[in-house]
Amino acid sequence: MVTEFGIVLLFFIVGILFVGVSLFASALIRPHKPNPEKLSTYESGEEPIGSPWVQFNARFYIIALAFLIFEVELVFLFPWAVVFRDLGWYSFAAMAIFVVILLLGLAYDWAKGYLEWDKPKPIIPVLKELIMTREDLKNQQKD
Amino acid sequence: MSLTYFFFALLSILAIASAIVTISAKHPIRSAMALVFHFFMLAGLYLTLQAQFVAVMQIIVYAGAIMVLVVFVVMLLNLGDEATLANKYQVRQLAGIVLAGVFGLSLVYSMLNLRNMLNEFPTHTVEFTTVQAIGNTLYTNYFVQFEAIGILLTAAIVGAVMLAKRKIM
Amino acid sequence: MNNLIWILIEALIKAVVILNVILLGAATSVYLERKISAVIQDRIGPNRVGPFGVLQPFADVFKLFFKEDIVPKASDKFFHSLAPIISLGVAVAVYAVIPFAHYVEIGGTKYYIGIAPNLNIGLLFILAMTSVGVYGITLAGWSSNNKYSLMGGLRSAAQMISYELSMGLSLIGIILISGSFSLNDIVIGQANWKWNVFLQPLGFLIFLVSAFAETNRAPFDLPEAEPELVGGYNTEYSGMKFGMFFLAEYANMATSSAFITLLYFGGWQLPFSPDLLGLAEGSIGLAVAQFLVFFIKVVFFIMFFIWVRWSIPRFRYDQLMRLGWKVLLPLSLLNVVLTAAAILIFK
Repeated sequence: MVTEFGIVLLFFIVGILFVGVSLFASALIRPHKPNPEKLSTYESGEEPIGSPWVQFNARFYIIALAFLIFEVELVFLFPWAVVFRDLGWYSFAAMAIFVVILLLGLAYDWAKGYLEWDKPKPIIPVLKELIMTREDLKNQQKD
Repeated sequence: MSLTYFFFALLSILAIASAIVTISAKHPIRSAMALVFHFFMLAGLYLTLQAQFVAVMQIIVYAGAIMVLVVFVVMLLNLGDEATLANKYQVRQLAGIVLAGVFGLSLVYSMLNLRNMLNEFPTHTVEFTTVQAIGNTLYTNYFVQFEAIGILLTAAIVGAVMLAKRKIM
Repeated sequence: MNNLIWILIEALIKAVVILNVILLGAATSVYLERKISAVIQDRIGPNRVGPFGVLQPFADVFKLFFKEDIVPKASDKFFHSLAPIISLGVAVAVYAVIPFAHYVEIGGTKYYIGIAPNLNIGLLFILAMTSVGVYGITLAGWSSNNKYSLMGGLRSAAQMISYELSMGLSLIGIILISGSFSLNDIVIGQANWKWNVFLQPLGFLIFLVSAFAETNRAPFDLPEAEPELVGGYNTEYSGMKFGMFFLAEYANMATSSAFITLLYFGGWQLPFSPDLLGLAEGSIGLAVAQFLVFFIKVVFFIMFFIWVRWSIPRFRYDQLMRLGWKVLLPLSLLNVVLTAAAILIFK
């Protein structure tokens, strides 16, 4: 008995074979002439300073956490969406309570500002300081 | 059914192999990726048991959500090879070995007892692993538990955010 | 046993044909993109290789074949090679559940046009594959050991997971209407102009925006925002590995267009009754007509994707996150509740 999943698996295998063969063919044809300049890490022509492994903004972590929680919620919504016609208003209420409870969590994050990304703080130019008279320039050059 | 047995054996071997890579790999990202592969093999095992919904959920939740979080944490904490950490955790290692031994013994014990039950693949699982069956029981018989999960998830997100707060502020 | 061999041969033929369709589709998308962007920017675009330059994408692929594969010394070799394979693999795998037309009946056997269009968890399969697609780009960024790449990979991962939620929730609306995860059932339910886009206008908008974000295309192309990140996650890629990311991007665009068509615009359903053409259910002629209808709809949406990319400026990252979490997520939850209530009231 070959189920539909067997056919999908076969498709996977054909796909992997295709990718493998094309990579292998390319490996046979293409030149291979490495030199230290080519193999250096690209950073707009500069020598990279330090590892790229600087600590990242913890907001990425918060986003991933919130995503995880809501993904689990989504998983619970799928069986509900299928049986919901049979169960009627009862299941509607059940899901409404569930969603509202989870929305409280989202509202908490929202109110506390965890969903805010670092906004660029615009530097508003103050006109008085920017306009330099000829006198100011002379004074500056003297200093 | 021989084809199912073949896939069961193949997936089991790959699952165990990737689990071993997960715990033995030096770099956390390698461990994490081996674990993702392991979850795929588990999903395949669920498919051999006709539990299609569970299989897809395994991929969506574990491989697609939890492991993304793990990868983010590894990236955030800038974890390097664990060799540098090894010396600090000798007590934990000891405790781990003891616990693993207990777990292994209980596993051997249960396998000896279950030997007679594993002769045939269960075919009746088809009925209670469909999406409809899960939905019909989850939102009726297990209504209270279902809402409790909601509260648990909310508590989890609030708690986690509280812990992470110090880093942001 | 004989039966098994026939099923395997059928599946193998389907797999090879559809793989070629994907590659051809990706090549066509590349050509369309270059031509349309040229028209929008008042340029000529590719016109040297073949008539009107139609062979340009093939020439590009051949060029990439002959390019040296440069793997930076600081990179993680294994994951550097694995990342493009994951990206392309996921992009291709999703095609397994797409129905290109309904079915052809030969000698009493129904041959469905597609790898497994009746998969009873088709929609969930798509969601699972997109959720795994994050790894391709994240690993590319991580393994390159380059600041631009890592930043691009991380951005992309955060962006994709944020919009995956709204995408999944907008799918719930479709499942509520059709009561099935199978894509063929969803298409069959949209016969006679009962397109889901009329029943789910809000869901459609959410899905559309999320699809743009999931495919990392403008205005959501922050992972490869050139002015800040050079090439983003694929900065350190060259040769065929770069080609794979490139192919994956265009294959994803074609997939998204196909899903918009299947879920909201009636898929392969003819715009009029098939009796008008005098074609019987299951005949080859009808299947060809259905495929043409499907193809035209998909090309329309591919052109829409391209048109948007060359018309709308890129979002800022905080705007992108705000749109995902504070606008689309609540709206998609609202859409689910409204749809459910409407179904119960008008049942």
